[in-house]
Amino acid sequence: MRNLCKIASRNLLRYKRRTLLTTSLIGIGVVFVLVFVAVTGSFKRYMVGQITDSYLGDVQVHRRGYVASIENLPLTMNLKAGEAEKIRSALAGIPEVEAVSERIKFGGMFSNFTETTNIRMNAVVPDKEFAACPLMGSRILEGVKDVSSLQRGKILIPELLARGMKVKLGDTVVIVATNRQGSVNGKTFAVGGILESATGPGGRDGYMHMDDAVDLLRLKEREVTEVVVNLKNGNNLKQVSRRLQEAFAGELNPMGMPKFEVHTWDQLSPFANIANMIDVMTFFIKLMLVAVVLVSILNVMIMAVYERVREIGTIAAIGTLPRRILSLFLVEGFFLGVTGAVLGGAAGGAIILVLNFTKISFSFGRNPVVLSPAVAAWDVATVALAVIIVSVLASLQPAYKAARMEPIDALRHV
Amino acid sequence: MSLVTAENLSKTYKTDGIEVRAVREVSFEIEPGAFVSFVGPSGSGKTTLLNLLGCMDKPTSGRLEVAGTDVTPLDKRAAAVFRGENFGFIFQSFNLLPVLTAYENIEYPLVMVRNVPAGERRQRVLELLEAVGMADQRDKYPGQLSGGQMQRVAIARALVTRPKLVLADEPTANLDHDTAFRIIHLMKEIRKRLNTTFIFSTHDTRIIGEAEILYTIEDGKLLGREVAHA
Repeated sequence: MRNLCKIASRNLLRYKRRTLLTTSLIGIGVVFVLVFVAVTGSFKRYMVGQITDSYLGDVQVHRRGYVASIENLPLTMNLKAGEAEKIRSALAGIPEVEAVSERIKFGGMFSNFTETTNIRMNAVVPDKEFAACPLMGSRILEGVKDVSSLQRGKILIPELLARGMKVKLGDTVVIVATNRQGSVNGKTFAVGGILESATGPGGRDGYMHMDDAVDLLRLKEREVTEVVVNLKNGNNLKQVSRRLQEAFAGELNPMGMPKFEVHTWDQLSPFANIANMIDVMTFFIKLMLVAVVLVSILNVMIMAVYERVREIGTIAAIGTLPRRILSLFLVEGFFLGVTGAVLGGAAGGAIILVLNFTKISFSFGRNPVVLSPAVAAWDVATVALAVIIVSVLASLQPAYKAARMEPIDALRHV
Repeated sequence: MSLVTAENLSKTYKTDGIEVRAVREVSFEIEPGAFVSFVGPSGSGKTTLLNLLGCMDKPTSGRLEVAGTDVTPLDKRAAAVFRGENFGFIFQSFNLLPVLTAYENIEYPLVMVRNVPAGERRQRVLELLEAVGMADQRDKYPGQLSGGQMQRVAIARALVTRPKLVLADEPTANLDHDTAFRIIHLMKEIRKRLNTTFIFSTHDTRIIGEAEILYTIEDGKLLGREVAHA
């Protein structure tokens, strides 16, 4: 093997310019893929973080069928206290859970005493909501950016609504809502804060204290429309979702169907489609890299075989077995792939490092997005491995051709 | 017992649809340790015959036995193994691997064909470098050697596996007169020392007289056999 490697490496060095060009091309492809993966990955992580930490949480639990009718905000699908307790105890047994917030969601009328419009309300326990959605405070554009802005009697309203209704911080407003029995009730609130719109379905949502909602809706006990779960590590999303579904498997409604439904953020947010699109784009960029490597290596190895026909004839004549000749060219392809992957990996890593120092920022919505491109060791290893495997595969046809050459024909080659 | 026995050996091939009978019912025997030359003009069938003897080509008809083995039915892989075990080859254009030094070129068959242990490899290569007078050039690449030096390295490479038979196709065709003589004398000298059988083809009238057994070939037929008396 050592001798195969020696001969292969010297043959590559024999055509320095060609080897350099080929490995550079592969390297540039690897750099492109790694930087793309790092930048888009960073954008994705930022956006997912914004969505889950601002509003959605990582996982949500509802009564079965609620999400299908979420636009109607039906109070009839609220979870009773006993049912909410079952969810609480299931979540308590999952160590990956960081924080949990319970919400009552309902539709209401928002009035500034001169105009009225509709609003979607989220009634929450402030401490728990701020823990489950840690970016909640930063979404408060006007007002105190903590739980005190959501004490009883206070309301957080979305910015667009405040602007349209000409409502300012501290103003008194009225929320009118219809309860489950159909009776209408109203309650005055002081505007405790004006909220930046969250990306996704929470863009027009206001917040009030849970106890205020119990009064407004004339509930006999605290009910829960949705349970929002924040995880310690977003990578455990599927695992936690599965565990919750397993925990609720025994909870059936009178129809014999599961009583609760568990959704991960990507099942609830339209951004999941953008995230999937980024993944698809990344896949195609990787496919392009494969094509670049395939064409480069195939081209260079076909040339290598064509230029060395007499040498192949000589080594075959003196008794080198076909599989050794095959190995010789495969090792050359392997070396080209390894060199390209290593050069590309190193250059890609350096570029990602530079991008981190220079801080890429661009405007996405209201806030400037600052990306921190990073690429996982696993991604680098996968890309490098793919390049090496494709290099060897691309060498296979020329190598096979070399191994199958008849020495007598090869020696005659001019 | 003969090292090579050819019985009614024929080879016919087609070039551009035209059938060429390159070797026609040739029969001969070669004894171990012989220094044999096939002589004839260009296109007489010398190279085709050497290719048949070297198991690089298959006869159309006839029988060929080398070192007690009927080589006519050997497939590609078996032929390669047989060549590696029994033959050494010397080519007209030397055919050294340009990426290997003189030492490494000689060592190549021991590494890539025979898997000889490193210590023994080194000993054999150094011995042959000494024998062909190339010990001081061992680290040079073929591109740094003259034609005569390259052919010396090629001879050493052909002998390093201690083959029963060395086949040389026009080994002096690309060499000047003096170098050609020195190469043929070197082959003879090594033949004496190692008792290796040498078969070479040539149409070079300058070196024909150096062969001990001379087969004349023309239009694929053996016309005669001459034995030189020392």
